[in-house]
Amino acid sequence: MSKKEKILLKAAIAFALMFAVTPAVNAMHIMEGYLPVKYCIAWGAICVPFLVTGLISLKKRVKENRKSIMLIAMAGAFIFVISSLKIPSVTGSCSHMTGTGLGAILFGPAAVSVLGIIVLLFQAILLAHGGLTTLGANTFSMAIAGPLLSFGIYQLCKKMNVNRKISVFLAAFLGDIFTYCVTSIQLALAYPSEAGGVAASAVKFLGVFAPTQLPLAVIEGILTVIIVIGLEAYAKPELKAIGFLKEAK
Amino acid sequence: MSKNTKTVIILLIVAVLIAIVPLFAKKGAEFGGSDDAGSVMIEEIQGEYTPWFTPVLETALGGELPGEVESLIFCLQTGIGVGIIAFVMGRFVERKKWQNKTE
Repeated sequence: MSKKEKILLKAAIAFALMFAVTPAVNAMHIMEGYLPVKYCIAWGAICVPFLVTGLISLKKRVKENRKSIMLIAMAGAFIFVISSLKIPSVTGSCSHMTGTGLGAILFGPAAVSVLGIIVLLFQAILLAHGGLTTLGANTFSMAIAGPLLSFGIYQLCKKMNVNRKISVFLAAFLGDIFTYCVTSIQLALAYPSEAGGVAASAVKFLGVFAPTQLPLAVIEGILTVIIVIGLEAYAKPELKAIGFLKEAK
Repeated sequence: MSKNTKTVIILLIVAVLIAIVPLFAKKGAEFGGSDDAGSVMIEEIQGEYTPWFTPVLETALGGELPGEVESLIFCLQTGIGVGIIAFVMGRFVERKKWQNKTE
């Protein structure tokens, strides 16, 4: 690679990273101005340690092996694409997926939080989707809680020797669903219903999001499996470098 | 066709079906965003609710983003993402070809 190409590649990757983070924000986000101030601040504060850990882990990855930049860009771009697709669902409304599963499986939940907040910022500023005041809450549900569960599920499946494709599917699928569960709980905490308090309210919000999100989560799982198949076929050295694949087949 | 190719094709078909079937199964449905459904629910629980903050963009524009422009920005987001994935994948695929040749 010539120097020029290297610079171009770096620029492309930087661009990808920028955008990769943005798509994650699309997943059913809490709308701008719909969360009381104290909750906005609290959720934002919770996110900070995750983001810092994420930045450090990404930096370490790249330092260890420059090749992993390609995969980081890939994971980011995947979130970008997936979170931009609004898909009709059985309930007669549209929603979009999170796309954070891939990054969580490859790089762990902390790294994804960084990618996710980029996407969320993009959408909040350019699309008025989600919002700046609710950024903390949305980051927590989409870029921290969801990926955390995806990562956990994947590690669990790995320990139990579940087929890799199935574990990838489960991780992405459950991570997507969990994101929406957390969103419901966040909304319920801010808006407890008069009759049953937080729990009743959470059930209500879940009732809105869950049926819509279920089929989409299946699609997200499928797409994540497809991209993992593709990466396994063509990017073995990189996957080994980040420790996703252990030994050569 | 290799086993992987077959799996990928089947998975793609399933994904597309899941996405398209509701359109036909629920003719005439609105297919609005579920985010909006969320705000409706808040009003149901809380009564009237006025958001205390308007999106920066809407303040700047003095109104909502026009639908066509919104889809433009969404397309832009998708396009950028797909472009990066295609670029990186293309590099990987080509590299594998070369590796096979030199081996």
